Amino acid sequence: MKRLTDILAPLVLIIALLGAWEAACRLLEVPAYFLPTPSAVVASLWADAPTLAASAYNTLAMALAALVLASLSAQALALMVALSPILERAIKPLAVVLQVTPVVAIAPLVVIWAGIDNPERAIIALAALVAFFPIFSGAITGLKAADPDLERLFDLYGAGRVKRLVRLRLPSAVPFLLEGHKVAAGLALIGAVVAEFVAGSGGAQGLAWRILEAGNRLQTARMFAALVVLGLMGALLYAGLARLERSGLRWWRGR
Amino acid sequence: MEPFVAELAKVEVEYPGSGLALGPLDLALSPGEITALVGPSGCGKSTALRLLAGLESPTRGQVRRTARRGESAVVFQAPTLAPWLSARDNVALPLELSGIARREARTRAEAALARVGLAGAAGARPAQLSGGMAMRVSLARALVTEPRLLLLDEPFAALDEITRRALADDVLRLWAETRPAIVFVTHSVEEAVYMASRVVVFSRGPGRIAGEMSVAGPTPRPEGFRTTAGFRATVEAVSTVLAKGMEAPA
Repeated sequence: MKRLTDILAPLVLIIALLGAWEAACRLLEVPAYFLPTPSAVVASLWADAPTLAASAYNTLAMALAALVLASLSAQALALMVALSPILERAIKPLAVVLQVTPVVAIAPLVVIWAGIDNPERAIIALAALVAFFPIFSGAITGLKAADPDLERLFDLYGAGRVKRLVRLRLPSAVPFLLEGHKVAAGLALIGAVVAEFVAGSGGAQGLAWRILEAGNRLQTARMFAALVVLGLMGALLYAGLARLERSGLRWWRGR
Repeated sequence: MEPFVAELAKVEVEYPGSGLALGPLDLALSPGEITALVGPSGCGKSTALRLLAGLESPTRGQVRRTARRGESAVVFQAPTLAPWLSARDNVALPLELSGIARREARTRAEAALARVGLAGAAGARPAQLSGGMAMRVSLARALVTEPRLLLLDEPFAALDEITRRALADDVLRLWAETRPAIVFVTHSVEEAVYMASRVVVFSRGPGRIAGEMSVAGPTPRPEGFRTTAGFRATVEAVSTVLAKGMEAPA
């Protein structure tokens, strides 16, 4: 019963809000370019489904490519840092500077470096940059999070640095890495969309480009339709990663 | 036979900013002897244990050990098991870290689990075990290397009374099989007197030895040992020394 209420409560609210929106637009005769009715958005979703689906696929593919790139580079760097405290001291200030610099500010540079004809490369690089930090900081924290008494046990039996890393620190880092990847996946999608806007080119044909294009033509219903697809995609990606995290933790803990 | 397994000679431990924490301390452990260290919180019992294990170095004085690396084992206050490993693999870990092949390490781990009565739980993960079972796995992990020196740092502190008593008897039964030297740190005077043939009482500020008492009687303890007049008298005597140690000037 509680489960049913949990599902129904937000649905009822959404339907009520959409109903009020529809009624207000019709009663006040709001122009469609300013605020389209929900029914017009649904009609646009239906009519533009093939274009929107292709664009959603492009954006998702770029976000996932960025996530893989960020995951590999963040974990490799974290591993190097874990093995060398000097490297950690050297890298940390740079990483912080890069992290606090807004991706929008770096984007024009990356677009130039990637080449004006290769907007996908620039978008993937920028999204990867955004997704890099949660995985990197999760890995660094995780690699240092081993139980101090287990560390003592490794001391007692004379375990070397590599054995300690492989048998203790890497397995201890797993929950932190799972959490880092969950956060990074959402950020990769946001990063891909922001980068698409900044790249300002139709070359990548992602969802952000659809929003820009529809905006320029004052096709506001189409903008909303693209936003709905983007929101759904983000929610699904997050839910998928959250599920992956749960089953990963179950495997790690054995229950 | 060597006269001692490990020895602290005029050992002092000082932490920066907080002054002398322990010592000067002299303590020698004979092979096969069970020594209990009792004392108030923060008196340095656990520090003394870490010094004996070689996990910490003294500021001054000497720690001598005839037990080589891999011949001492520690059981910590919490079971300290790796959550991602099965009970078997947790127990096999010290052997694998000492360079023994995985297959042999696992066979010996299963034998060690059987010794603590957990033959059926070899494949279970720590999260699937009760507190008492997890502590038994921790004990099996310490025993698997057949240590000459077994150091127990308040291992039963988090357990209920019945489990504590059962585990205390288990430790004594297992001791009788290979007779390692045991150092047992505890808050409980009764537990110290029940487990040990020698009780060393620590005073605090800085941690020093306030007194030492030997406990008569066979090990493992016969049933009803806790109700004997000798046991009660030793508990009283240790408690008196402990109370005096608590009054020691800071």
